[in-house]
Amino acid sequence: MNHLPLIIKREYLTKVRNKSFIVMTILSPIIMIALIAVVGYLSQLNNNKTRTISVLDESELVTDIFQNTEHTKYNLLNNVSLDDAKTIVEEAETYGLLYIPKQDSIDALVKHIKFYSKETPSLSVISSLESKLENRLRDVKLQQQGIDLEKLTASRTKVNIAQESFIGEKTSKIDSYFKLGFGLAAGYLLFMFIIIYGNMIMRSIIEEKTSRIIEVIISSVKPIQLMLGKIIGTSLAGITQFVIWIIIGSILMTVVSAFLGIDLMQQTPQNEMMQKAMENPEVAMEMQNLVAAFYNLPIANLIIAFILFFIGGYLLYSSLYAAIGAAVDNETDTQQFMLPIIMPLVLAVYIGIFTVIEDPHGTVSTIFSFIPFTSPVVMLMRIPFGVPIWQQVLSFLLLVGTFMLTVWFAAKIYRVGILMYGKKPSYKELIKWIKY
Amino acid sequence: MKNLLEAHAVSKKFGDFTALNKVSISVPKGSIFGLLGPNGAGKTTLIRVINQITMPDAGHVLLDDEPLQSHHVQNIGYLPEERGLYKSMKVGEQVLYLAQLKGLSKAEAKIRLKYWFDRLEIGDWWNKKIQELSKGMAQKIQFVVTVLHEPKLLIFDEPFSGFDPINANLIKDEILRLRDNGATVIFSTHRMESVEELCDHIALIHQSNKILDGKLTDIKRQYKTNTFEIGINTADKVALAETISQKFDASLTDFRSLNDALKLNIKLSENESANDLLSYLTTKGEVSHFVEVIPSANDIFIQAVKNN
Repeated sequence: MNHLPLIIKREYLTKVRNKSFIVMTILSPIIMIALIAVVGYLSQLNNNKTRTISVLDESELVTDIFQNTEHTKYNLLNNVSLDDAKTIVEEAETYGLLYIPKQDSIDALVKHIKFYSKETPSLSVISSLESKLENRLRDVKLQQQGIDLEKLTASRTKVNIAQESFIGEKTSKIDSYFKLGFGLAAGYLLFMFIIIYGNMIMRSIIEEKTSRIIEVIISSVKPIQLMLGKIIGTSLAGITQFVIWIIIGSILMTVVSAFLGIDLMQQTPQNEMMQKAMENPEVAMEMQNLVAAFYNLPIANLIIAFILFFIGGYLLYSSLYAAIGAAVDNETDTQQFMLPIIMPLVLAVYIGIFTVIEDPHGTVSTIFSFIPFTSPVVMLMRIPFGVPIWQQVLSFLLLVGTFMLTVWFAAKIYRVGILMYGKKPSYKELIKWIKY
Repeated sequence: MKNLLEAHAVSKKFGDFTALNKVSISVPKGSIFGLLGPNGAGKTTLIRVINQITMPDAGHVLLDDEPLQSHHVQNIGYLPEERGLYKSMKVGEQVLYLAQLKGLSKAEAKIRLKYWFDRLEIGDWWNKKIQELSKGMAQKIQFVVTVLHEPKLLIFDEPFSGFDPINANLIKDEILRLRDNGATVIFSTHRMESVEELCDHIALIHQSNKILDGKLTDIKRQYKTNTFEIGINTADKVALAETISQKFDASLTDFRSLNDALKLNIKLSENESANDLLSYLTTKGEVSHFVEVIPSANDIFIQAVKNN
């Protein structure tokens, strides 16, 4: 008799109706968004303040580069001594004083440029000033050596190597970053999902043991059915929670930014520079590449592989969590068994980050994309870079095979373990259980 | 009488530990079968084999002449010694779920559940969670869960633990009523007084082996020692006791009576009959009490375990 749908339904409903589950589902995105909003609001407060920077340029080489912008005003001082200027700035309580002395050569000059302020100035302000000065002083130097600046600008050539695979897929550098981002996101999502909901499965099995209902249940259904029902039911509850998080999150995001008028893409000094750069045709090209990169991704392959590897990897690990839940009496006893589960997961994420970036088709990443305990994460990270279908299929078959093996193994432990009370099992004992 | 359940030479080992060693039992249809034995004897393992929770290493079990199959779980109701229900689930929902796992449709389960809840007067618990109920109340729910699907075979492991005398009686009457309606009951317990009261047949398991089984009356006959408890009125009790002891294997005993009689236990040898004893006694005085000593289930239990 197939009771699986019934068990799944019960597991799902109990999880979803559970008060702490409901509270977590609703509260988590609210807290997240509230945090983001607070941080966003505070940093906006910070940025709305217009900074006034006084400039005392004795060299008179760079005066005209200080143009006022939205958040930065330059107050040019003339005909005052440095000491007077310092007093003026200190009394005016403006942001600070940039002092450029008069020197014989530019090389001597740069050693004496100073910024005076009451408090340590922001890093972005200083670097923005530095780059302004660097650009100008370079031009001045070039002019001093008799080079025509206009000719120089005209002679500048930008090279952007177009990449294309032998089968005609166009790629680019931006492409790689994009793929990497995609792979990392997929890998992390799986990692998080396994840890959160694997634990949930484990707890629900322990609960069944501690409430001693297990014997009643398994006199009606096969342990493996119960185990699968628990895994699937809990996963569905997990997916529900995830979807609700995303929905509430995006609604709140919109509402919060509309209401409070917080522009989450704030105008920071860096952004100002970015905007200037965007007007540059070369950078605009890059942006076009980015859009192209998205279309360049093997999207159908990615979606299918994501679904298959996600489910496969999740089921593999959750059956192990189920076995642990069955083996112990309470949550504190689970610690000794957690390490062997977490280790390959963490390993997979690190391999993904360090080796897939370096070389997506190198030996290390290829090997680990076949080992079933790391393959879901590593393969998901590799696929955006184009993995031959036969490799994907082989890796997936290995994953499915191992999943069947772990389910068999977990079911063995489960069958014996759920009826064992009061014993804290060792690994040796677990192996004995498998032989029963 | 036909047997509803037969276990043939069932063996089960857990590692080096033998839990059951070639245990065979036959449970006649419509009987209440007592499965007895000290703690750790293997009763629960045998029950789990019957419930298909544990697979035996050797031997097989027949239910209604068919080897056990997974669909047979519908025909068995099991009340384990370790009671338990989902603590945070509502009573009604929970019983419906467990009944559906036993193969009942939801509608059918609802009708029967109403009937049982009315019968045990627990109808207003429907929307309560198990954790809000007392232990005895939860036990009642568990009892309903066990019998709701009207199984042919009911297995109760220590069904009366946790009940007050009134509720224990209520449950006892329900068990008897279920038996009268055609169910067969396997009853595992240490409480010998309930064995005396309820069981027709018993099997005694000790250290993984079955050491005794059969009809309770047959076993009692087998264990009786041909001992008679007598009371005889006489003027000189000491002298009479002396006289009787010379002829029979007699010892002083005591029991409740209204007379200040000489009270003796007399064990007859094989060639002596009860009538001979009685006619001899009537010549010595007025016999006020003459009864055969029947071993109690408790005595049999202790003796059988000791002899092994």
